[in-house]
Amino acid sequence: MSHYEAPIREPLVLGDKSYHDITEDIAKPIEGAANKNWYIAFYISLAAMLWGFGCIFYTVGTGIGVWGLNKNIGWAWDITNFVWWVGIGHAGTLISAVLLLFRQKWRMAINRSAEAMTIFAVFQAGLFPIIHMGRPWNAFWVLPLPNQFGSLWVNFNSPLLWDVFAISTYLSVSLVFWWTGLLPDFAMIRDRAVKPFQKKIYALLSFGWSGRAKDWQRFEEVSLVLAGLATPLVLSVHTIVSMDFATSINPGWHSTIFPPYFVAGAIFSGFAMVQTLLGIMRKVTNLEDYITRMHIEYMNIVIILTGGIVAVAYATEFFIAWYTGSPYENYTYLSVGAATGPYAWAFWSLIIFNIITPQLLWIKKFRRSFIITFIISIAINIGMWFERFDIIAIVLSKGHLPSTWWRFEPTFVDVGIFIGTIGFFFVLFLLYARTFPVIAQAEVKTILKSSGEFYKKRREQGIPTKPAINTAKSVGKPDKSDKE
Amino acid sequence: MESSKVIHAFYNDDEVLMDAVKSVKAAHHHIEEVFCPFPVHGLDKAMGLAPTKLAITAFFYGITGLAFAIWMTNYMMIQDWPQDIGGKPNFSWFSNMPAFVPIMFELTVFFAAHLMVITFYMRSRIWPFKEAENPDPRTTDDHFLMEIPVHNNEAEIKALLATTGAVEINVVDK
Repeated sequence: MSHYEAPIREPLVLGDKSYHDITEDIAKPIEGAANKNWYIAFYISLAAMLWGFGCIFYTVGTGIGVWGLNKNIGWAWDITNFVWWVGIGHAGTLISAVLLLFRQKWRMAINRSAEAMTIFAVFQAGLFPIIHMGRPWNAFWVLPLPNQFGSLWVNFNSPLLWDVFAISTYLSVSLVFWWTGLLPDFAMIRDRAVKPFQKKIYALLSFGWSGRAKDWQRFEEVSLVLAGLATPLVLSVHTIVSMDFATSINPGWHSTIFPPYFVAGAIFSGFAMVQTLLGIMRKVTNLEDYITRMHIEYMNIVIILTGGIVAVAYATEFFIAWYTGSPYENYTYLSVGAATGPYAWAFWSLIIFNIITPQLLWIKKFRRSFIITFIISIAINIGMWFERFDIIAIVLSKGHLPSTWWRFEPTFVDVGIFIGTIGFFFVLFLLYARTFPVIAQAEVKTILKSSGEFYKKRREQGIPTKPAINTAKSVGKPDKSDKE
Repeated sequence: MESSKVIHAFYNDDEVLMDAVKSVKAAHHHIEEVFCPFPVHGLDKAMGLAPTKLAITAFFYGITGLAFAIWMTNYMMIQDWPQDIGGKPNFSWFSNMPAFVPIMFELTVFFAAHLMVITFYMRSRIWPFKEAENPDPRTTDDHFLMEIPVHNNEAEIKALLATTGAVEINVVDK
């Protein structure tokens, strides 16, 4: 059998778990009542969300003029937030798709929640371009529909339209990937539900999943092919987002390194958000045996790698801005002009949060510390927001004509909508954590024998993973105590 | 189905189940179905299930998406209303093609992913409001269920299953 793994590898599932124990552990947060902390977090998030919705209604009712942007800085907080949220939405599908192709088993404990985070983050991202249209009821104009304007079509030459296609494909494919993986786990909850209403809901959500051998064969094939399709898709989404900037003619934006650099930055920020969320979730849902110190460390290693790529990209941008000798390049977001100009605070926030702080993760002790990981992940979230803010606001604040130089000052509406999306995101995530199986339990069961602590220890002692068959045992009545 | 009686044999370990499936097949009995809480690698081969063709369908769906993207960009940007946008050439589809690569890629993925998943749902008969068909709720937790139709050989099959480590054997009318 394939139930072998080098003893040197750390176990992925801690404790003496049986298959049934996994079921119990994953079902517990759903079947139990929410505690006080959950309600506190939920109401704070809900309040932030409602405040944000209020600001959105105010914007739509009055006009984009209530924001701090102006005719020179036409993109500001909104597009910053859009790019930030899309970036956060990159870890989920990377974990579930790319790591599946690379056969990284540690992804199984975190893929479900990371994908949930992806989907919720892309929701938030999608809000911003739609609000920025000013007339969101006309949002369907971005679709290539036959129309009454002399059949004027959308412009397929425009990276903004590529974005529409990329993000809607990404959102819908991620959703389908996520839901297909959820079916067996919803079925598990359905089959143990006691309350009739709960049973009905989970029966509906599970699409009548029965777990036939043929279904599983197809399930695995579909997962693999979806992973193969989603891998280039993940890379394409932020590539295309970066083209919103890179295909323009602004100094600081028309940079050919943008696509790979944005993709690395997106994975960097996505993993940081996964660390932020799972650091808390593993505690409150008592899933510390599944999301272990090792999972945190592995994600930190990905953060070091992608953070390193981002740092090299920053250095390249800074060097090229200086090396061109062009005065216009001295106003780009990574230049001496930016480091000493009116936006120096934003420039240095980017450098400190995004480049310097993550270097602490080179130290193994920090990489394996939950609290330090959590703090660094928050720092990266902030740093990556500043990256997008710097790219947009600093670059646009000084154009080719000095008469167009202007500065961006956010209004309370800008801030309110941003806070609102953070609240909306956490409302969705908190509801998810109470009602969805937060770990792909069917998948974790497949690695229990190869990577579970219990079985690994037994194998070292020379005990086979297969239980001995007692043929003399009377069969015909259930033997519940038989838990091998 | 005229065969009304089936045997449900329960197992609580995937490796024991695999050996059981192999010995039941070796004794030339037909295994109607195996219900599992998680995918057991090699089970489909042991049961003699044909490989799934879903990956091949995904390839053709992807080709369809690509063709649709080519047709759509050509019709809208070249045939129906050509426009000079940023000086990009619109005399022929091919000269404007580099700008359409992202659209072609996204629609290929969109068609391949969604149509393959829809095909999977239809073939495996799973959709909203579908009733689950696993005979025992334990099969989504930690039990594996092998279903064997009976044709006047109930005692023989039961005796065989008893040697394979089944934790429970039931005869049920289907």
